[in-house]
Amino acid sequence: MFEKETIAAISTGMNNSGIGIVRISGPQSFDIIKKIFVPYKEKDVESFSSHTVHYGNIVDGEHVIDEVLVLIMKAPNTYTREDVVEIDCHGGVVVVKKVLETVLKNGARCAEPGEFTKRAFLNGRIDLSQAEAVADIINAKSSIALDASLSQLKGNIRDIIKKEREKIVYHIAYIEAALDDPEHMNVDNYGEELKEDVDKILIDLDRLLKTSENGKIISEGIKTVILGKPNAGKSSLMNTLLGEERAIVTDIAGTTRDTLEESMRLSELQLNIIDTAGIRQTDDVVEKIGVERSKEMAKNADLVIYVVDASVPFDDNDKDIIQIISDKKFIVLLNKTDLECIVNVEDIKNIIDTDPIEISAKNNIGLDMFENRVREMFYDGKVSFNDEIYITNLRHKELLSEAVNSLNLVNESIESGMPEDFYSIDLMNAYEVLGKIIGEAVEDDVVNEIFSKFCMGK
Amino acid sequence: MPNICEEYDLVVVGAGHAGCEAALAGARLGLRTIMFTVSVDSIALMPCNPNIGGSSKGHLVREIDALGGEMGKNIDKTFIQSKMLNSSKGPAVHSLRAQADKQAYTRSMRLVLENTDNLTIRQAEVSEIIVDDGVIKGVKTFSGAEYHAKAVVLCTGTYLKARCIYGDVSNYTGPNGLQPANYLTDSLKANGIEMFRFKTGTPARVDKRSIDFSKMEEQFGDERVVPFSFSTDPESVQKEQVSCWLTYTNEETHKIIRDNLDRSPLFSGAIEGTGPRYCPSIEDKVVKFADKNRHQVFVEPEGLYTNEMYLGGMSSSLPEDVQYAMYRTVRGLENVKIVRNAYAIEYDCINPMQLKLTLEFKKIKGLFSGGQFNGSSGYEEAAAQGLIAGINASLYVLGREQIVLDRSQAYIGVLIDDLVTKENHEPYRMMTSRAEYRLLLRQDNADIRLSKIGYEVGLVSKEMYDKVCKKEELIEKEIERLNKVPIGANSEVQKFLEEHGSTPLKTGSTLAELIKRPELNYDMLKVFDLNRVDLPYDVIEQVNILIKYEGYITRQLKQVEQYKKLENKKIDEEIDYNDVKSLRNEARQKLNSVRPSSIGQASRISGVSPADISVLLIYLEQYNHEKHLKDKLENG
Repeated sequence: MFEKETIAAISTGMNNSGIGIVRISGPQSFDIIKKIFVPYKEKDVESFSSHTVHYGNIVDGEHVIDEVLVLIMKAPNTYTREDVVEIDCHGGVVVVKKVLETVLKNGARCAEPGEFTKRAFLNGRIDLSQAEAVADIINAKSSIALDASLSQLKGNIRDIIKKEREKIVYHIAYIEAALDDPEHMNVDNYGEELKEDVDKILIDLDRLLKTSENGKIISEGIKTVILGKPNAGKSSLMNTLLGEERAIVTDIAGTTRDTLEESMRLSELQLNIIDTAGIRQTDDVVEKIGVERSKEMAKNADLVIYVVDASVPFDDNDKDIIQIISDKKFIVLLNKTDLECIVNVEDIKNIIDTDPIEISAKNNIGLDMFENRVREMFYDGKVSFNDEIYITNLRHKELLSEAVNSLNLVNESIESGMPEDFYSIDLMNAYEVLGKIIGEAVEDDVVNEIFSKFCMGK
Repeated sequence: MPNICEEYDLVVVGAGHAGCEAALAGARLGLRTIMFTVSVDSIALMPCNPNIGGSSKGHLVREIDALGGEMGKNIDKTFIQSKMLNSSKGPAVHSLRAQADKQAYTRSMRLVLENTDNLTIRQAEVSEIIVDDGVIKGVKTFSGAEYHAKAVVLCTGTYLKARCIYGDVSNYTGPNGLQPANYLTDSLKANGIEMFRFKTGTPARVDKRSIDFSKMEEQFGDERVVPFSFSTDPESVQKEQVSCWLTYTNEETHKIIRDNLDRSPLFSGAIEGTGPRYCPSIEDKVVKFADKNRHQVFVEPEGLYTNEMYLGGMSSSLPEDVQYAMYRTVRGLENVKIVRNAYAIEYDCINPMQLKLTLEFKKIKGLFSGGQFNGSSGYEEAAAQGLIAGINASLYVLGREQIVLDRSQAYIGVLIDDLVTKENHEPYRMMTSRAEYRLLLRQDNADIRLSKIGYEVGLVSKEMYDKVCKKEELIEKEIERLNKVPIGANSEVQKFLEEHGSTPLKTGSTLAELIKRPELNYDMLKVFDLNRVDLPYDVIEQVNILIKYEGYITRQLKQVEQYKKLENKKIDEEIDYNDVKSLRNEARQKLNSVRPSSIGQASRISGVSPADISVLLIYLEQYNHEKHLKDKLENG
């Protein structure tokens, strides 16, 4: 067998389908499931034969997390040729995530992007002729995961981690410089000073960890923003897609003055769909705010739907919108094709490199084409949102815990009166692990820090 | 035909610290070896600091010794002061440093070389390497003589196109005014070898009689000296030692330097080579750390039979008159007389990424190199590489498998792996922070780590190796025993613990558990250990360390296990990375240039991401499978 470690991940797309599968692969798969699964029929987990399904609860200690079906598959007749367990959960996104966390807590680690496929390949399950395809998958998934991982670190989390790392590397460098050049620098009793700082860092990291625990685990979906000129039919589209009158629709341009967010399903995909105020030059103060918000929403969207009113000519406002969406994934809908068309598909193609879809939101025409297009983009990976984002989130959490653990070890070393050179070993580990969260490798950081901060030399 | 044409097994070019180890290794392994030097009087010369060892460098010397090298033995014979640095810290960072009598060091090493069988010493400048179809055939000297050999080790140190500079004075000479080697670079370049230009520097040597030592702090050696070599009798190194002296620069010194910066070749651009950050010139320090109002100056003797003193901490390339002025501002140096002034030196070296982990050139079979020529700095770093290059060149000639030490085995492994894997833009110096597994790579256990390898190579005697095996056995047995010796929580024990500031026992324990406490140790607990037999000092030392730091050591061993997994996935030398689809371009380029020998090494190349490593793993699987099939077909 190729690896000794057991890996786990959520193997279904993250949407609110209600069912999610957590897959575990590796030598400890059965040990783990034994610890966390209580079958309804009181049977010993160890007696389960291969390729059988079992009904019961996943528990974390006393606490029941979800009612599940567990599929036991023994090596080598599995996808990865390792022992595999699949847990079918029913309780929606939050619960699936909890189940995965429980699995991780009991000895598995988060799978790297594409790792199941990689193992399947390396264990000889996938034909060698497919090697390139496998490599491509891993590469693609890694880059999506990295993007996603980085995009999740928006706001100050990234900054916080960066700052903590800077503090940590300074301490490492100080200790190392002193050890390297003991006649120039003194590191005696450095523990006191260091502990103060480590305690502070620990408080910050604990806070970060807590946010991920209480976690606003929002049902994540593809953030889809509807954009267009006033009265292009955006709200009609929203209502038609939702199948209910959520947005107020009038003939008066500028009716929607604020954004309106709703969650909807499109086949198996989850869209968080946002209706926005029409974009136009306006002097109306309230409308102006709405327009600005629309632009802002578009900026953060995974997908933009640009609704063009076929019954009115192109103008500067359209140019404005095209400018906004130029660096986004977008779909252009040519609406109101039931009316007399002033703008046609060819006109749009001349301006934007896209294949617009003709619809009539009011009459529910052409929306199936739209649905297909969204799915196509999703599965081609053009809309970069998938389960990996979720997993990287958990990965972050795992890494944060590891960093906290290492820093606690530093404190332990200080408290038990270990010599100073022991501190930097665990500090280094914390530094490395935190680096993984923000995608930074270690390389020669310590040596560089030593030379830039401390005057060394004979 | 040239007038002289001789045949050897091994040619070593250079007789510095790398060259000496390489030549000795070759000759001792039975190869007919010839060593070239531009000056026989400068064998094992110490052109810069008058000491051997120091933080992490001391580790290197111990490792050289455990592998059967000469440096440790030679400094044990010729030191005039010795100190164990960081002795109040953990055992992993204890490091020996000894002041050398430079002339004695040189003379003693020369004598060893001269009396080694199979070894010829020749004073001549090697000007060309002879290569035929990617295989080394020998060297040619400036006079036109040819020396044919199956392997060549280049250890040219700082001599290639060397230029010494101070102020606006620049001389094309090697260190100490020695003759440089001006032709070899061109021959190397013509054979496709990429060269770098590095720079380093040295402070002035001054006349002892002109120093007022009463204004300085005296620095003594250790009361009990620990030898470098595992084969040196510890009693033989207990002798009278010479002091060093500590003084400081001051604001006046710094002002003189600042006022004359425009006359420094470093700042005017007259020096093009890249200098080391870890041993900056005094003018560098003053500029870069402007907030510091003083810097340390160590005044160290150059030997017992000379009045020359080395001004550690004040290397410089300022003009002579500025040197006088600045040195004379330092307390105790007010009337100082310079014997040799400070200078910077520029020299050609190679981009070491052209080497394999064995220190053989990837593109020229049988050509090896070591030392400052490989872009490192320091006597110890040089000797370590010289030894490995010498060993591997010999094993190559003998048709035996060459050795590679990895990062979990030795500092030498870290040193060489860093040199050949990572882009290096300055002379590389060893540091303990570069060793990930330093708790395992201690200077005290270098013999246990490496004697076996030295013995298998043939440089360590059976007797020496047996001694180490015996030592290991004693350590293991004693730890096992200590884990079983019970200690009751009786009043006698509690009283003892209280007296030593240790918390009383709640329940019964073992001796091993008590040894773990920082305030206690093996020797102190003798009273409770009735069955104890007398063990040698070095066994007790290991027992103490292994018990005290067991938790940490176990953790590092686990990390090593992870590391080994990747190191053990070897990459075929013949792989063409252009065939590996899905690699990012940057990664492909780097991989093509480094040509790592394992997945582990590949993962340490900057610019190669974890995803690239996955892609590579998958490609290798396919590659090895196909190769296996092909071999099967060919072999029926």
